[in-house]
Amino acid sequence: MNRVALAGNPNVGKSTLFNALTGLRQHTGNWAGKTVATARGSYTYEGQEYQLIDLPGTYSLAAHSQEEAVARDFIESGQADGVVVVCDATCLERNLILVLQVLELTGKVLVCINLMDEAERLGVQVDLPALSQRLGVPVVGTAGGRQDGLEELKGAVATLVRSDVPAVPERAPAERVTLAERYADQVVRSRSAQRLRRQRRIDRLLTSKATGIPLMLLLFGLVVWLTVAGANFPSALLTELFARVGAVLEGWLANIPAWLRGLLLDGVYRVTAWVVAVMLPPMAIFFPLFTLLEDLGYLPRAAFVMDHAFQRAKTCGKQCLTMCMSLGCNACGVTGCRIIDSPRERLIAILTSSLVPCNGKFPTLIALITIFFVGGRTGLLASLEGAVLLLGTLVLGVAGTLGCSRLLSATVLKGVPSSFALELPPFRKPRVGQVIVRSMLDRTLFVLGRAVSVAAPAGAFIWLMANLTVGDASLLAHCTGFLDPFARLFGLDGVILMAFLLGWPANEIVLPVMLMAYLATGSLVEFDDLAALGALLSEHGWTWLTAVCTMLFSLFHWPCSTTCLTIYKETGSVKWTALSVVIPTALGLGLCLLVSTAARLLGLA
Amino acid sequence: MYETLCLSALPEGESAYVTEVNAAPAMDRRLTDLGLVRGTRVTCVLRSPAGDPCAYLIRGALIALRRSDAEGITLERRAQEQPARAVAT
Repeated sequence: MNRVALAGNPNVGKSTLFNALTGLRQHTGNWAGKTVATARGSYTYEGQEYQLIDLPGTYSLAAHSQEEAVARDFIESGQADGVVVVCDATCLERNLILVLQVLELTGKVLVCINLMDEAERLGVQVDLPALSQRLGVPVVGTAGGRQDGLEELKGAVATLVRSDVPAVPERAPAERVTLAERYADQVVRSRSAQRLRRQRRIDRLLTSKATGIPLMLLLFGLVVWLTVAGANFPSALLTELFARVGAVLEGWLANIPAWLRGLLLDGVYRVTAWVVAVMLPPMAIFFPLFTLLEDLGYLPRAAFVMDHAFQRAKTCGKQCLTMCMSLGCNACGVTGCRIIDSPRERLIAILTSSLVPCNGKFPTLIALITIFFVGGRTGLLASLEGAVLLLGTLVLGVAGTLGCSRLLSATVLKGVPSSFALELPPFRKPRVGQVIVRSMLDRTLFVLGRAVSVAAPAGAFIWLMANLTVGDASLLAHCTGFLDPFARLFGLDGVILMAFLLGWPANEIVLPVMLMAYLATGSLVEFDDLAALGALLSEHGWTWLTAVCTMLFSLFHWPCSTTCLTIYKETGSVKWTALSVVIPTALGLGLCLLVSTAARLLGLA
Repeated sequence: MYETLCLSALPEGESAYVTEVNAAPAMDRRLTDLGLVRGTRVTCVLRSPAGDPCAYLIRGALIALRRSDAEGITLERRAQEQPARAVAT
């Protein structure tokens, strides 16, 4: 088997190329630092097997950061039979600096000029033969997103692994820059393209003083609104479907013992069905929309606009990018913190990563907003109201992150912000079809699968707790009763707190567990829509204040088990992992206490 | 004599050439990796809402730098750049 490494600057489409070649599904996005670990995959060409190693994107191989060290070590170790250096055709001069550096380590190099289609649109032309002649190694052009040039690339790789070109002597860094400039001058022809001017105009609009922040809120608001407005209908459909399937199942299971039927139907089936019905629609809408923003290249602009706030919190502006990843999944956000070079700033970003609500919290937030603050109404106005409230919750999460980061910077993680340079890549036309398919398959189904695998046993567990009695009450009643006085202090109740505790493996099951617990002790046995859910909650003493406190606690509480484990892996420290649990929990309890006490003192609830 | 100024003072839409880079070692290396060395032409393209950071066109790539980092980079405007309202490509 031949081993070939893919190296290159961040965000040159390496992962897209890797996916196109291997048929694997590395997550891609239009921002620097997307690939934080090396991925491996293989493909067969003319009967030969090739293993591809997707190295993290780096600007240099000087081994000053973790990614650079990984990339350099791999190339130097001689494990690779060849290195493909992927370059962005729209920004060749900068990319050539890395090419020249790789050529000093090994001569078995193939230069792949990617994003040729993008460059053409921007009025940039690269003379590939002329470049090859200057570098002394083969050069091929590709458009990874469109699969153009892949066959030629495979052919060139086949030649590469058999080639034997010596490395060139090491040059001084400034010498490389000068040489790259000269080569780029000789092989790149660019005419001022209208498209480029338009990109700059859009950029100015997205980042200017007057429009930058409003447009950012509008864009995120739009994503949130589409999620809230679009999720209702499929959610109701799914709920109905699951109710019918439930009825059929009940018929089938009529002859088994009542306790087993209860365990399977009321426990496992009902909780799982709820998780799917309530979670799937918002996720299936939010993930693709967010991936589109990512693919377009908007996220680095958001980081650019937000950076001043992070500067004041004395942290790195790239934290904005890791927060965006946290929106999808906190654990991904934690891993994503590797893009932050300074260890102090990276630790701050990790410790505060769960203050941004992940997708699993959205259904709970949306349901509570709809029931208690939009009054269960439907229609355009109601969904807009819901979206504004959900956006407000997100903004609160961001504010919490900034506040806690500032606090950490002033206390246990003292320091001044380190310098940083953030690349704003050209906007790219999102590959809509691919984005939808990928985000559905890779993210939505993956996250849903994880939630369901947690929901089923949790359903069984909660049913057992609700139906096994010790003394005069069920186990569940004992537990919730024990937690109740403490929870009431924070505007919650025993069941809510219990649900959050049981929801540690996955936030998605918090609301269903709550529901199960209430149903086990309530008069209602069936529920089919949000109105019924609202009635059930009200029956158990919920007021708007309970809803506010539950939302606050949902936003700020301990990270889920996967995130905790990831934090432990990333920091290698029990102490920091514990702190990452304490920070959001303390913040959530503090806010709940503040709000509930204030509301009671003011006589509002 | 060419007019000298620091990068953070470069007005939006204008270009100049780097004459000196004064940065912490890590940042100095990063800037070199990005191709920002003596003699590099830099254009200020975008200013964030707070006026800090700004995004500069460096060797075809748009790079955002904070003011505190840009202050250490000295530039000179060359004759052909004046009037320096070059198109912000």
